[in-house]
Amino acid sequence: MNKLHISTIINGDAQEFLCDPTATLLDVLRDGIGLTGTKEGCASGDCGACTVVLDGQMVCSCLVLAAEAQGRTVATIEGVAEGAMLHPVQRQFLEHGALQCGFCTPGFIVAAKALLDRNPNPTETEIRYWLAGNLCRCTGYDKIVRAVMDAAAELRQERMPA
Amino acid sequence: MTATAYHAPETIEQAVALLAGNPSARPLSGGTDLIVQMRSGRIAPAAVIDLKRIAGLSGVRRVGDGFAIGAATPCTALKDHAELAAAWPGVVEAANLIGSVQVRNRATMAGNLCNASPAADSVPALVAANATCLIAGPDGQREVPVAAIPQAPGRTSLAPGEFLVEIRLPARGVGDGDAYLRSIPRTEMDIAVVGAGANLTVDAEGRCTAARIALGAVAPTVVLVADAGAALVGSRFDDAAFAALAEAVKAACHPIDDKRGTIAYRKAMAAVLARRVVLTALKRAGAAA
Repeated sequence: MNKLHISTIINGDAQEFLCDPTATLLDVLRDGIGLTGTKEGCASGDCGACTVVLDGQMVCSCLVLAAEAQGRTVATIEGVAEGAMLHPVQRQFLEHGALQCGFCTPGFIVAAKALLDRNPNPTETEIRYWLAGNLCRCTGYDKIVRAVMDAAAELRQERMPA
Repeated sequence: MTATAYHAPETIEQAVALLAGNPSARPLSGGTDLIVQMRSGRIAPAAVIDLKRIAGLSGVRRVGDGFAIGAATPCTALKDHAELAAAWPGVVEAANLIGSVQVRNRATMAGNLCNASPAADSVPALVAANATCLIAGPDGQREVPVAAIPQAPGRTSLAPGEFLVEIRLPARGVGDGDAYLRSIPRTEMDIAVVGAGANLTVDAEGRCTAARIALGAVAPTVVLVADAGAALVGSRFDDAAFAALAEAVKAACHPIDDKRGTIAYRKAMAAVLARRVVLTALKRAGAAA
């Protein structure tokens, strides 16, 4: 089977790759491009460990064919920090110890940032529903939810006029 | 997975030709069922035909006083369409009970329908709404009721080469209201044990003039319970009408026993949900009147 030639923008940079027609975006990110921050948990859209943002919408990259990304923009966990400067969501995850094994963390951070990008003042209930598609088997979620609430508060402060 | 081709046609005609050219080719919109089934080895299509590059297949359009929802429109986009969400809140909330935000950003109602799961959340709401489907195929286009698509779990009435182009919802008027409810053991990310959709019309005196009640997950396919609608029509939603509704709903259920629920539980819950969903639709119909 011939490989497909796909052109995308990943974390702001033009990126071309060759892929099998049935390769998923997750396969290409991890094994083709070497962006291994995005994790494979269930490979069936249940766990959210592979969450990325595709054309502004968060999706499970295990349920996207790499070929579908032609001409589209992809944002992964590797693009969340600006250089050495952590995003408030990342910093609050550290502050709260909102992780143990860390496997689900990239998916949670990408999903939480996607929420705060559209709603900087979510209620706890909104956060819990938004993150329902991200599974964590270590933390019991409470620290994650508190980290996201504090990150939201921090972002609101940053956005206040001086 | 061996030798599956990927095509992204730009016209309906090209998509029909690609699908008709290979009986095992499958259309792709959100991929939240198709890609899982390919990965698990349950299906091995010779080609995947991505519908999202076809103009008009993504997005919601007004058609007269009704709506046309392109087959590749993700569930979250329905919620973002203010007019659709105001006119058909039950359909929009049903589509937005499916999976997680990640899944709903990809999954479509057309895919939910064509996957033909008995527990599909959007399907009872669409059947209650009297929605129709526009289907394209080698012999041209045809329009059929949503209820005519699922034939059995995992099987549809679509002929080789056919695919769903759009879902059409009728116009709304004064006194109309719809709703969908499902029962699951948790609050999010689960498959319906029972689902119930209701679509009512109520006159200025509060009398029911039309009612469509549809159930999911209680039979091999969605069930439109004509007797349940008939039990409400002419009533002012009194206790006798609700008692007749509950009996009609129980009689229409032919569920299975499985890990999600027993036959007896599903029948009892179907009656409970039908009453609740009618009360929600009634409130909306009253607000519209």
